[in-house]
Amino acid sequence: MYPRSFDYIAPASLEDAVRELGNAEFAKVMAGGMSLIPLMKLRLLSPDLVVDIGRIGGLGEIEDTGDHLSIGALVRHRDTASSDVVPTALRQAASWTGDVQVRNRGTTCGAVAHADVAADQPAAVLALGATMVARGPSGIREIPSDEFFVDALTSALAPDEILTEIRIPKRGGGSAYDKLGRRGGHTDYAVAGAAAWVTVSDGAVTDARVALTGVGTKPELARAAMEAIVGTDGSEGAVRAASERATEGITVIEDLYGSVEYKTHLAKVMVRRALTQALTEARS
Amino acid sequence: MQVSMTVNRRAVTADVEPRMLLVHFLREELGLTGTHIGCETSYCGACTVLVDGRTTKSCTMLAVQADGAEILTVEGLAQDGQLHPVQEGFWERHGLQCGYCTPGMIMSAVGLLQENANPTEDEIRHGIEGNLCRCTGYHNIVRAIEYAAAKMRGEEPPPPEWEHEEVIA
Repeated sequence: MYPRSFDYIAPASLEDAVRELGNAEFAKVMAGGMSLIPLMKLRLLSPDLVVDIGRIGGLGEIEDTGDHLSIGALVRHRDTASSDVVPTALRQAASWTGDVQVRNRGTTCGAVAHADVAADQPAAVLALGATMVARGPSGIREIPSDEFFVDALTSALAPDEILTEIRIPKRGGGSAYDKLGRRGGHTDYAVAGAAAWVTVSDGAVTDARVALTGVGTKPELARAAMEAIVGTDGSEGAVRAASERATEGITVIEDLYGSVEYKTHLAKVMVRRALTQALTEARS
Repeated sequence: MQVSMTVNRRAVTADVEPRMLLVHFLREELGLTGTHIGCETSYCGACTVLVDGRTTKSCTMLAVQADGAEILTVEGLAQDGQLHPVQEGFWERHGLQCGYCTPGMIMSAVGLLQENANPTEDEIRHGIEGNLCRCTGYHNIVRAIEYAAAKMRGEEPPPPEWEHEEVIA
């Protein structure tokens, strides 16, 4: 299966990459290519120009700057998954993305920029309250994760912007991600999944963020569940009550892998599991 | 576009269209048809090769992306007429039936054993999660990889299951 013909360029700098994006009618950025190449082979996407950022230096590092963690545009899933500084939610999401070969090439930033509702890493960055750093023709723009996922496979990135870095604030607490994969267990895209981040002080839940995978049209926060768990003692009953509100305010979409009823049920189960694990980590 | 890379320790240069996939480059430009094309959608892993030492689905990589890279395919495993321990393991433990998935499965096993010389059965099963086999049920593939792992550590591989006493009894 060949993609349609396209021009290809592998610039040596981000400035050059951004300029090339601006000059083309329809250009796509490629890092690992694990989302882009399959779409091009199926001819669901036929860009005139592919801008391969894979040869730009300085984008492959996970850096701890003191107040946040920076994940560069060329950090692969395998690196995120095996890092000892990346929060648990994102580490788990990365370790269950695709398979060994996909994790060897695919990038965390690429998976987030692709903004697939069934992909694992968007929910994790939402729950962790990350900031997306985009480079465009007029410089650098910081986009909060809450505003990044716009619609199905649509992010807030402009066509001539590149997601160069994900910044995860270091706010303590605990986090977790859980999913049910299409092939069972954690394998394959998620039928549904949830990421959670919580802080605990004096036995009470002081802050929480919960995000869903595979439930609506885009990765999004489960705001009702977040509000429900904050201020409680984080007991099993409190977690169960919060998870019952997992899809409140969210339009659950049926797909090949589950009906609305099934996905609504799964979302509750996944929110319960993610919150339980995040609370355990926060208390330890 | 001109690309240059090392394939099975041999330097190659060719002029390719940007849309040419690495698997087509290997099979059609270089005649290395050991790397198979299976599902074409990044699922089955029949096209797995090592790119700079890491297992990669060559149907989901452009040949131009491999410019400057070191590629190892199943043809590059045996040296001086001696099978690679993973190839030997698949032979000794009947790790294949139809053989279609075998080159990719072998390359994934090579990649796995590079990173983990002494994998548990669970680690082997997860290590080949990106490779589908529709014949064997994976059982003998796992045994073949255990055989290769032992060989590569310089140990005696576990005996084949058909020679186990409890099986005979």
